Amino acid sequence: MEFKLKIWRQKNASAKGKFEDYTLKDVSPEMSFLQMLDYLNQQIIESDGEPVHFEHDCREGICGSCGLYINGRPHGPLTHTTTCELHMREFKDNTTIVIEPWRSKAFPVIKDLVVDRSAFEKVIRAGGFVNANTGSTQDANNIPINKKISDRAFDAAVCIGCGACVAACKNSSAMLFVSAKVSQFAMLPQGKVEAKERVENMVTKMDEVGFGFCSNTYACEYDCPKGISVEFIAKMNREFFSSKVCKSKK
Amino acid sequence: MIKLDSKIPKGPLAGKWSNYKSSLRLVSPANKKKLDIIIVGTGLSGASSASALGELGYNVKVFCFQDSPRRAHSVAAQGGINAAKNYKNDGDSVYRLFHDMIKGGDFRAREANVYRAAEVSNYVIDHFTALGVPFARDYGGMLDTRSFGGVQVSRTFYAKGQTGQQCLLGTYSSLSRQIAKGTVTMYERRDMLDLVIIDGKARGIITRNLLTGEIERHSAHAVVLATGGYGTVFYLSTLALGSNASAAWAAHRKGALFANPSFIQIHPTSIPVLNDYQSKLTLMSESLRNDGRVWVPKEKDEKRHPNQIPEAERDYYLERRYPAFGNLVPRDVASRAAKERCDAGYGVGDTGLSVYLDFKDAIEKQGKKAIEDKYGNLFEMYLKITGINPYEEPMRIYPAGHYTMGGLWVDYNLMTTIPGLYSVGESNFSDHGANRLGASSLMQCSGDGYFILPYTISDYLSDEIRTPRINTDHEEFDKAEKAAKEKIDRLMAINGKQTVTSFHKRLGKILWDHCGMVRSEEGLKKGIEMIDQLEEEFWKEVKVPATAGEYNQELEKAIRVADFFEVGRLMCQDALDRNESCGAHFREEFQTEQGEAKRNDAEFAHVSAYEYQGNRQREILHKEPLVFENVELKERSYK
Ligand SMILES: Cc1cc2nc3c(=O)[nH]c(=O)nc-3n(C[C@H](O)[C@H](O)[C@H](O)COP(=O)(O)OP(=O)(O)OC[C@H]3O[C@@H](n4cnc5c(N)ncnc54)[C@H](O)[C@@H]3O)c2cc1C
Ligand code: SF4
Ligand code: FES
Repeated sequence: MEFKLKIWRQKNASAKGKFEDYTLKDVSPEMSFLQMLDYLNQQIIESDGEPVHFEHDCREGICGSCGLYINGRPHGPLTHTTTCELHMREFKDNTTIVIEPWRSKAFPVIKDLVVDRSAFEKVIRAGGFVNANTGSTQDANNIPINKKISDRAFDAAVCIGCGACVAACKNSSAMLFVSAKVSQFAMLPQGKVEAKERVENMVTKMDEVGFGFCSNTYACEYDCPKGISVEFIAKMNREFFSSKVCKSKK
Repeated sequence: MIKLDSKIPKGPLAGKWSNYKSSLRLVSPANKKKLDIIIVGTGLSGASSASALGELGYNVKVFCFQDSPRRAHSVAAQGGINAAKNYKNDGDSVYRLFHDMIKGGDFRAREANVYRAAEVSNYVIDHFTALGVPFARDYGGMLDTRSFGGVQVSRTFYAKGQTGQQCLLGTYSSLSRQIAKGTVTMYERRDMLDLVIIDGKARGIITRNLLTGEIERHSAHAVVLATGGYGTVFYLSTLALGSNASAAWAAHRKGALFANPSFIQIHPTSIPVLNDYQSKLTLMSESLRNDGRVWVPKEKDEKRHPNQIPEAERDYYLERRYPAFGNLVPRDVASRAAKERCDAGYGVGDTGLSVYLDFKDAIEKQGKKAIEDKYGNLFEMYLKITGINPYEEPMRIYPAGHYTMGGLWVDYNLMTTIPGLYSVGESNFSDHGANRLGASSLMQCSGDGYFILPYTISDYLSDEIRTPRINTDHEEFDKAEKAAKEKIDRLMAINGKQTVTSFHKRLGKILWDHCGMVRSEEGLKKGIEMIDQLEEEFWKEVKVPATAGEYNQELEKAIRVADFFEVGRLMCQDALDRNESCGAHFREEFQTEQGEAKRNDAEFAHVSAYEYQGNRQREILHKEPLVFENVELKERSYK
């Protein structure tokens, strides 16, 4: 296969970036998307250029490091698939592929296709945990949890923190990411105790670090590689609203 | 002269840890604040150490090379985490878990450490549950378990095929909580380049800020390495691409002994190599062998589609050779059996280097839904990578480099041979002998960090309460920083023609062929020669583009590969020195008539710990004898 690649190149955070064109021949349909970029980089290095920087680590869809905007869609054309799981057999031979970093005010570009997602860390640190010290607890089976509820909490917990939801959203909202964490803990007895404080703190921090508001277009759910459902956003809104109500009653 | 003292407490096995623990010295809350601890690594072992020590009130500094601690490779663990809860009433106990691990490790691990790991396993499950980790449950709301290879009880807790992700995110949440509280400071996007030793004690590290290229100094009263495994030495492995040996190796160069470097687990069920551009081998969890059956055709060069091959013409070779454990034999046994069939010409796929893992019977018996519940995400992953639907036809699998049992030598306190330098998780050598049983690494990593290190490191630090904050202007910091800069400058100056990756691939191939699943004296000697040559070529021919003073991913790789030559050489040396077969270490010259590993307990019931010499010189071998007081050394049989 042969492709024209249009890749966003930006030397560093303050430099002005631009698209560069590359022609890549002899691409095998079996290659993963990132292997295709490795292959390009080998050629760039051999011809004395500077390789395209992109983030990746596990290369199996679980660490959340990778994340490219491919032909206008976060993580490319397939649903429920991270960039590293995408394969070249999904692309038509002899076409152009446009590759960009996440575009969001909350995620500034660091270099080429690498962005700074530390805003996510700040939101988690604002409350994305259960306040339980090591060794302070009882036998794990002392609190039975309904299987359906526990499975639902798991569905929320599979978020990999990639940021595609933010990149997909025209408002750069982080609602899907935050609601997944809030819901996971709110559903489980262990996390319920502090559910109200948690949702307030995380939502406040989310606004503070520059994520936008949610206008219910659900592009986030559509592009989330882990299929996190927007139902969690509704659930978080309920949690948030009830925490406000409780407060005003006090 | 280094003397290896394992510091195993006296007394009966079952009481060792609890008695010892209560004899350890403590540090008062007021003093804890004045003591700094550096932890390198945010996987299960590092993040659990950091949060537990932060909760105690120490001043903790944590490092990782990713952009977030949540991305450490523990996140990729799939199958599960063991504990001796005996919730299934199937005869499990701390002793049985201990016994399974000692036997699974082919009698090359320390009894006392393994017993302790089994003992704290139950607290780990309790703690994760308290942190909101959504483990799988049954309809009564109780935690569910499943079986893993090498054991006959069901003690593996799981969260679909994403157990590592769920445990790591739980640990990450407890780490984030401490960061928010200010007890822990997080340093992301840093590579540890060197260890700083002052007056014989570990006192700090040198890091490279990966975004700016700046070389930085960080000091502490004690340093903990939690840097994971180095299976990436094979280039293709189930590890994340950034996994490396460099931090542990820096400690090794500075005097920390490195134990059992050749004990590397080759995992039997990974997606096979599909093409030349492959950068990674994706694991298909061992838990799949609970329900999947492994087979190859009875005829050589079989060309039919697997679904067209009738039952009678299939060779379920694990069930045939090992009727007692069948498809659930330990990993080393399953890997060699796959290699044996493929080498004999029965392998399938274009390359003949793969075997089938078939779910047809399980789907017929339990229904598609039940299988989807247990392995849904793994099946999806397989489909995405290969384009083949495993609900409809068997998976193709082959062994791949996976886990390093070897690592930094540590004593019972998890301290290396350098005072004040600790190692936890996969980066130490301590609990798995010559072969690790499935689901016991997550268990060890979390046990080390949450329930063991906080006690032992406090005992050490109780002697340090009068030591003021360590000044990074000390000349040892100058020296270490200078050495790190010089190494980088040397790499940048070569400006050769070949890429770092091309060297890494070639090194990986040498090690896979000569120090992989089957080893021989001749092959290992040849391997060492080839590594020497390749290393020489690397230092003349490698090309690292751009500059060192900026974000430079090729330079990061070059630093790691430069260390891998030394690691690879030591692996071969260790495999040569160990004139026996045990666990994952299989020497052609030492096998039983049935082709199983043949141990030599009289001469090799010891840990091999190596002392660095530099300049490609043979490292000095120190032996820690292994004493078995509670289990009988037997031929490991799964038949
Ligand atoms: C695909 C796969 C599946 C697995 N499944 C299971 C399973 O089901 N059950 C089980 O028990 N075990 C499993 N294992 C093994 C287990 O996951 C690992 O052994 C374990 O997670 C290792 O944890 P760790 O904390 O030691 O290291 P890691 O999680 O690898 O973390 C290493 C940390 O060190 C940091 N680091 C490394 N080098 C440097 C450096 N030079 N400078 C700065 N920081 C550095 C990294 O940033 C990272 O934070 C699996 C392993 C793999 C690869
Ligand atoms: S919610 Fe989905 S898209 Fe957003 S960070 Fe999590 S996994 Fe990525
Ligand atoms: S590289 Fe880990 S999710 Fe893609």
